[in-house]
Amino acid sequence: MADAAIHGHDHHDERGFFTRWFMSTNHKDIGILYLIVSALAGFISVAFTVYMRLELMNPGVQYMCQEGARLIASSDVCTPNGHLWNVLITGHGILMMFFVVIPALFGGFGNYFMPLQIGAPDMAFPRMNNLSFWMYVAGTTLAVCSVLAPSEGGQHGAGVGWVLYPPLSVREGGMAMDLAIFAVHVSGASSILGAINMITTFLNMRAPGMTLFKVPLFSWSIFVTSWLILLSLPVLAGAITMLLMDRNFGFTFFDPAGGGDPILYQHILWFFGHPEVYIVILPGFGIISHVIATFSRKPIFGYLPMVWALIAIGVLGFVVWAHHMYTVGMSLNQQSYFMLATMVIAVPTGVKVFSWIATMWSGSIEFKTPMLWAFGFLVLFTVGGVTGIVLSQAAVDRAYHDTYYVVAHFHYVMSLGAVFAIFAGIYFYFPKMTGRMYPEWAGKLHFWMMFIGANITFFPQHFLGRQGMPRRYIDYPDAFATWNYVSSLGAFLSFASFVFFFGIVIYSLMKGARVTENNPWNEYADTLEWTLPSPPPEHTFEILPKQEEWDHQRH
Amino acid sequence: MAHAKNHDYHILAPSIEPLLGAVAAFIMLFGGVLWMHGITPYVFLAGFAGVLYVMFAWWSKVIDESHVGDHTRVVQIGLRYGFILFIMSEVMFFSAWFWSFFKHALYPMEEYIGSGYTPPFIVPVDALHLPLINTLVLLLSGCAVTWAHHALVHENNRKDLVTGLALSIILGIAFTGLQAYEYGHLLHEGWEFGADEFYSNFFMATGFHGFHVIIGTIFLTVCLIRAMKGHFTPERHVGFEAAAWYWHFVDVVWLFLFFAVYVWGVPS
Repeated sequence: MADAAIHGHDHHDERGFFTRWFMSTNHKDIGILYLIVSALAGFISVAFTVYMRLELMNPGVQYMCQEGARLIASSDVCTPNGHLWNVLITGHGILMMFFVVIPALFGGFGNYFMPLQIGAPDMAFPRMNNLSFWMYVAGTTLAVCSVLAPSEGGQHGAGVGWVLYPPLSVREGGMAMDLAIFAVHVSGASSILGAINMITTFLNMRAPGMTLFKVPLFSWSIFVTSWLILLSLPVLAGAITMLLMDRNFGFTFFDPAGGGDPILYQHILWFFGHPEVYIVILPGFGIISHVIATFSRKPIFGYLPMVWALIAIGVLGFVVWAHHMYTVGMSLNQQSYFMLATMVIAVPTGVKVFSWIATMWSGSIEFKTPMLWAFGFLVLFTVGGVTGIVLSQAAVDRAYHDTYYVVAHFHYVMSLGAVFAIFAGIYFYFPKMTGRMYPEWAGKLHFWMMFIGANITFFPQHFLGRQGMPRRYIDYPDAFATWNYVSSLGAFLSFASFVFFFGIVIYSLMKGARVTENNPWNEYADTLEWTLPSPPPEHTFEILPKQEEWDHQRH
Repeated sequence: MAHAKNHDYHILAPSIEPLLGAVAAFIMLFGGVLWMHGITPYVFLAGFAGVLYVMFAWWSKVIDESHVGDHTRVVQIGLRYGFILFIMSEVMFFSAWFWSFFKHALYPMEEYIGSGYTPPFIVPVDALHLPLINTLVLLLSGCAVTWAHHALVHENNRKDLVTGLALSIILGIAFTGLQAYEYGHLLHEGWEFGADEFYSNFFMATGFHGFHVIIGTIFLTVCLIRAMKGHFTPERHVGFEAAAWYWHFVDVVWLFLFFAVYVWGVPS
């Protein structure tokens, strides 16, 4: 049955290296390219954080000195270089938000598996798909250029925070900030083109008989994410264009001296920025649903509510943005509204979490590596979600705003939520994409190192935030020393696990056991990608799949 | 392809344009930064030339593909979806500029407690003068496109198709010319490019609209050339339809700009 779905099972791939990887019009190859580049961008971004945690390990400034950045502490004089610190937090934020997580989940897994799950031979616009990828590379290059480009006072890089708030982002001289703005423009254009492609593919190319509410959950999550990208990123493009005009052409969108309003920038930015949070996490939700169903040996609990929860989260994501700005002086009515709307999001999110738990309930759970990551995701994302409810209260936010409590919260949902979902996806789909299996013990070791490391890093940051430690500073009083020291140790452990992960991937690609069967897991991995050989041939579904291949409710 | 495909979707051969396009975009934007910092405009211009070349090469390929029958019914539906989605993203782009405009118009900075800002004197503009004429010009252009579309779809009347398209292009160019004249006039009368939130909002909102008018005019011109070559049929004319949708989108944005910015926003 499965082999009927693909022709050319043993057809030799005749494309040259350059043609295949630089001129690709193949969604699977482009998906792999996305994963590789986002891994590299992720490595740069994680290296930044390790250096930052090294600096924060002890009170005082030991490494980021005006006299030159150091890797080893010495007794020489060290004048703190706050700009370098600011550049690193900015670079980390911009890279992670725009150039790591979205490209990995949406670009990588979305490209590779959404068309396979709906039985489409490729994306709707295969050539434009490659334009999305290469524009993403161009954007990443601009972002890295920004970190290295001249800024103010003989320094390098933009040091204004990833949100690029004016007046800092308008007044900081030099080219670095302009390059950062253009980097975001290009990556935005890339994501918008990608979203157009995904929505069209989803609407126009589903297998015969696959009505909307029969589409697998991961594909649904990509579809909803696409809408968020399509409708929110152009608004960001407008906001940062205003910044560019203010910076370079004497406009005053955000300058009160010319009647402008810096708070306006915050509103427009977060109108994009909050949907962005869901752009980051929704595809992860999709992956987790498949992993949990597979390794619990049960179909997903409550498919239809799961779909509607995705849609509800997507819609609500557009109307809660100002909860990022409770302390800017909004009226009480505005704060009350945004507080209420924010808390409402807990309802569809709760539907998802409880449906995952219900899926596992009385299932025969098998703790293979992907399931470990999914389980870790579930626990930690819930912790991050609960602190999110705490922060959603405008009154409580008075105390927590811009403290490490916020840092802990959003790293629990993103660093421990979205990134765990990425790893769950990589281990789940690794045999499918490469035809090789990773060593199970290594995947499990990676998980436990990362799980323990990330928790040691971020859990103490709740305490620091409650003690009042503000975020975005290079230094802190001795009172905060203990938990910062612990947090840094966790960061080093996480980094070690990340390096180990690269080792696992390289080893598995070269020496991993061959995967001969189409479906190395079990019959509950029942979506269409598991009916294809591992790795799938260049062209898939040249004969469109028949309904009985994917519609398991008809038997 | 070594083996037959058994579906109507469009599977494309590998292509160099995406990579070239991204490289050109990188050069253009990197060059843009150099230019804004007074170093050299040439890097930007080189990148811009590259972007234009890639657009030309790419869309030429698309047209060629339509002639060899790659654009089956289902592919045409996909192209339409794609273009509508693109217009939706454009609408959201403009919503950022309208957001800024309405914020400043409804909650001006001088009303904030403690603000030392006093708005500058703005030379009044009679919205029912040149702006209204311009509105009519653009709406007439939209009518001409619809006429051309009607002639193609319902009558297969190629002569009216070409005439309608040519008319809409001429009116589009007239709009751009009148708007340029208006800008020159206003700047001469004492308006400034930047320097205050009013001018910032005015010039960016109407400026981006004008930029879209130029893009739409080029799009329609391409359609005119294709129509004269006999490209469109009553059943197959996705490119023309997309251009018409785009043109109507530009029309609608202008109507909002006209009523919000000119009639209501500008002192008269």
